[in-house]
Amino acid sequence: MSEWWTYALSDFLLFSPRTYYRLFELYNAAVWPAQIAMLALGAIMVALLLRPAVWRGRLIAVILAAGWLWAAWFFLLQHYTTINWVADYFAHGFVLQALLLIWTGVILDDLRFRARSDVAGATGLGLMAFALVVHPLIGPLLLGRPWAQAELFGMAPDPTVIATLGVLAAAERPHWHLLLLPVTWCLIGGATLWTMESPDWPILPAAAVIALAAAVWKSLARSAAKPLP
Amino acid sequence: MPRVFTRRSLLRSVAATGALTLWPRELVAQRAPILTRPIPSSGEAIPLIGLGTWITFNVGNDPVARDSCAEVMRAFFAAGGRMIDSSPMYGSSQDVVGYGWKKLGQPERLFAAEKVWISSAARGPAQMEHSRRLWGVPKFDLMQVHNLLSWEAHLKTLFAMKQEGRLRYVGITTSEGRRHRDFEQVMRKEPLDFIQVTYNVLDREVEDRILPLARDRRMAVIINRPFREGELTKRLARHRLPDWAAEIGCTSWAQVLLKFIVGHPAVTCTIPATTRVDHVKENVAASYGQMPDSAIRARIVAHVEKL
Repeated sequence: MSEWWTYALSDFLLFSPRTYYRLFELYNAAVWPAQIAMLALGAIMVALLLRPAVWRGRLIAVILAAGWLWAAWFFLLQHYTTINWVADYFAHGFVLQALLLIWTGVILDDLRFRARSDVAGATGLGLMAFALVVHPLIGPLLLGRPWAQAELFGMAPDPTVIATLGVLAAAERPHWHLLLLPVTWCLIGGATLWTMESPDWPILPAAAVIALAAAVWKSLARSAAKPLP
Repeated sequence: MPRVFTRRSLLRSVAATGALTLWPRELVAQRAPILTRPIPSSGEAIPLIGLGTWITFNVGNDPVARDSCAEVMRAFFAAGGRMIDSSPMYGSSQDVVGYGWKKLGQPERLFAAEKVWISSAARGPAQMEHSRRLWGVPKFDLMQVHNLLSWEAHLKTLFAMKQEGRLRYVGITTSEGRRHRDFEQVMRKEPLDFIQVTYNVLDREVEDRILPLARDRRMAVIINRPFREGELTKRLARHRLPDWAAEIGCTSWAQVLLKFIVGHPAVTCTIPATTRVDHVKENVAASYGQMPDSAIRARIVAHVEKL
């Protein structure tokens, strides 16, 4: 693309806010009652974070990967792509993230959590609770959008990404390779909402900053804890 | 779709256009045919106001929104409009135009303006054929190279298609003032029927070189982004419509902005986009009545720049 500096973010927005939110309404109707199953899986994920259990890292990784795959196939490829041809590329990213979660969490069993929660753990739990409970309510309760347009964990990209950032913030050690795609989505999603003048645009960038801060904090703490040679 | 153009229809169109400037506004509003300008390369008359589809027609599979777009098209055709412009870049817009055109019984007055937008020249014909199937038209009236992307290769294909009768007109597009130097060079080199550029009361760069060149080269000019994607109408809505707007038959800021554009003698038509039936009616109404002369156009610029 020549003269790229002459393009504004709004030049890349192909649809109106009305069309974008209406898409969630049609999508929610099309996949009903899958929302109930996904919310139940989200609740199980929070419960697993709160109490130590065998296989908890693996189970959490599987649940998150299922959410990313579901959002890729049912939302991005079957709905979002009808108004945004870039959604095909987004879907590839979502599938890659699901594979990375399976690889890290299930095959390597490297998604571990501290027995006792610390600041990062509490932050992660907070992000998860936000993704599962608060985020779906913001549109209907604060912004006047219909309930049918609510964005839910495991169904829609934004809450799925925020919940993933919560899990990664709560993890025992930073997983930079798992943070890359969620943080990228936060930038893309935040820019989309900002361009549409949606008042909730800061949520995604803020979630990314919180998750990155938690990862940096854990990195520094681990460096400080290493014995000197 | 493609309408056979005759000398008689041209004379009728020109006579109607000339007579309108003399008729009382009320009479014009009620009786007059829609104002048109001829495409220089053929003389075919095109109404001054067309219909754009950027953002507004990209509604995906939403059945309510698709029907709403079809109603916009119905009102557009009923008011005398002809040219609808889209692009493969515009998401589902092409499909939605095709849905509306079919739903309305495929009105013959449609002037289908499309774009080819792909960097691979070899894949250009396949993209155009895909677009044609989405519209459901036998052939496009106008095919434009979108934003000059791979223009040299695509223009070869388009001129060959025109030669074979698979296309009626060939053009190029740009928007928001991008690549004007390259654009000018293509205009000087190629026998284009149409160009499409951005022009509105605040973005007037094309007045200096592009529009005079189009006139010299006898090219039709389509104007995109007449409202700066709604920014201008939103901004002006806070201000009272000046009294002189009535002198050119305008009852809204949108009409003032559109008449400013089509009042330029080098402009053939403009393609405002909308999702609303009342807005499309209001827009097409700018194709009727008195057109602003250069003095009134200068007054419009001065007034809007002050606000």
